Amino acid sequence: MNAILKPKPNFIVCDGNEAAAWAVSLAQVDMVAVYPITPQSSLVEYLAKFVADGRLKAEIVDVEGEHSVLSVLHGAALAGARTYTATCGPGLAFMFEPYMRTPGLRMPMVMTIVTRDTLTPQSVWGGHQDAMSVREAGWIQIYCETLQEVLDTTIMAYRIAEDHGVMLPVNVCHDGNYLSFATGRVELPDQAEVAAFLGSRDVNWHAALDPERPMAIDPLTGGAGGPGPALFVRYRQGQCAGMQNALGVIEKVHAEWAERFGRSHAPLIEGYRMEDADYAIVTIGSMTGAAKDAVDAARDRGERVGLAKVKTYRPFPIKAVAALLSGMRAIGVVDRSVSFGWNSGPLYQDVTGALHASAVPAISFIGGLAGADLTVGHFARVIERTADLARGAAASGDTIWLNEHD
Amino acid sequence: MIEIRLHGRGGQGAVLAGNILASALAKEGRHVVAIPSFGFERRGAPVASFLRFDTREIRQMTNIYAPDCVLCIDPTVGRAVNIFDGIKDGAYWVQTTAKPIAELQFSEKIATVGLCDAVGIALDVFRRSITNTIMLGALARTTGFVSLESLRAAIEDSAFRDAGLGQNLEALERGYHETVVHHIERRVAA
Repeated sequence: MNAILKPKPNFIVCDGNEAAAWAVSLAQVDMVAVYPITPQSSLVEYLAKFVADGRLKAEIVDVEGEHSVLSVLHGAALAGARTYTATCGPGLAFMFEPYMRTPGLRMPMVMTIVTRDTLTPQSVWGGHQDAMSVREAGWIQIYCETLQEVLDTTIMAYRIAEDHGVMLPVNVCHDGNYLSFATGRVELPDQAEVAAFLGSRDVNWHAALDPERPMAIDPLTGGAGGPGPALFVRYRQGQCAGMQNALGVIEKVHAEWAERFGRSHAPLIEGYRMEDADYAIVTIGSMTGAAKDAVDAARDRGERVGLAKVKTYRPFPIKAVAALLSGMRAIGVVDRSVSFGWNSGPLYQDVTGALHASAVPAISFIGGLAGADLTVGHFARVIERTADLARGAAASGDTIWLNEHD
Repeated sequence: MIEIRLHGRGGQGAVLAGNILASALAKEGRHVVAIPSFGFERRGAPVASFLRFDTREIRQMTNIYAPDCVLCIDPTVGRAVNIFDGIKDGAYWVQTTAKPIAELQFSEKIATVGLCDAVGIALDVFRRSITNTIMLGALARTTGFVSLESLRAAIEDSAFRDAGLGQNLEALERGYHETVVHHIERRVAA
């Protein structure tokens, strides 16, 4: 890898927000509704520019707040449009009512969460608390590690969402600050190839606002007695089935992406140096690069440590996680958000839940909140503490806060 | 891997300088990642930007704590923050200043100093003290990390908000040619 790579003609140097905007343009969406909010603002500014320049032939609607953003797009999706928006933090909170409705209506929308820590304390910086706080709303959530993955995943998200076996909205999550504003080289796929990959949109075959086929959308359902309770259960079961179907579709779409575009990303969970690992650390999002460098350094010292990165967080790939991690002597799970109910990180909760049967000793680490950095040094500590556990140290059950003494 | 930390003040274009440098390095076939550190900074507040480049893929998306090079595009921000914090032994320091080297204090770890009166040049070229492209020229001259040609091409690709392309290309050239490079004799025994 020491040879200098020859730059390819189709690369650009951009940040994560611009990479997402390029993906949306390449996906040839029909309607975008936006409200700016830090650290998402430049993403929607790029979109507005692409529309103004005529590169993206979409309707762009500037509305008065995020509740209207998603409501406008609901109308568009039910009328058959491919849609896009992006938000984060307080904007996502303001969007919550239509956000909750989106998966139940089985609208295959794509929305980026440029992740931001939640208030309060007042903060404008990155952290996963916003996205994690809505993890049970029924959206698919996929977390990106690199700038290239932001672009590639945002395009793939439309294939995943619009798959007739899925028909669910997708959040592509990219880290505020560390991906939104990080600049690097990103390869741009060819427009015609992306169009062929995505195929034609067919998003309102099940529920439509269409004078030619009038129907009532979302009538009152449920209650006690009559057909209501069983009907409500069937809708919920349909949503759950769509989520489970998504696991296979996400794998299939990533495989086809790799075949067509030559870039391979682990669809559900990525194992790094796991082949002969005794113990492992678990990561999510852009922190993973520093963690991989720390794992390499620990390997150089003879530590048999591996790394598992979760890309698809909702639906949680329980079987893939158990298959990769159940043989470990110990696990250190690093979260960039807090599960207040468990006094740990939410990913820790999911990973330990997936491993319940095998009962691997595990520690929850939380760091990188509100823009704090998670460096190779932090991951050296994660590896050290997990190694102690793997070698038989008693698990205290206490969560370790990585930036507590920075 | 080379790690560069840029220091400046809000409004001078430290973040844009990082992005232009990233673009120039990418044109030379390098792997490069630039990460700015900002939230609600205002005009005049100290800001920093971090840039790594390498011949192989860069995975860590983090700030920089032990730089190989400090590029400071403001003459006084060094009084507000320690721009030499964590600097590596044998590092480069590229500084905006009108002062001669004898009047400057800097870390004993610095091996190469590049000094450029970027404020003077900026007032001449732009009629205002925007120093970012001038100091990219100074960086190229002092370190050789990137060629003047690649920087020129990267600036030609950039959308400038505050000044025209021609002025920025002139600023780059003048920064490159008017920088004085000093190689420092080691002042402490190894």
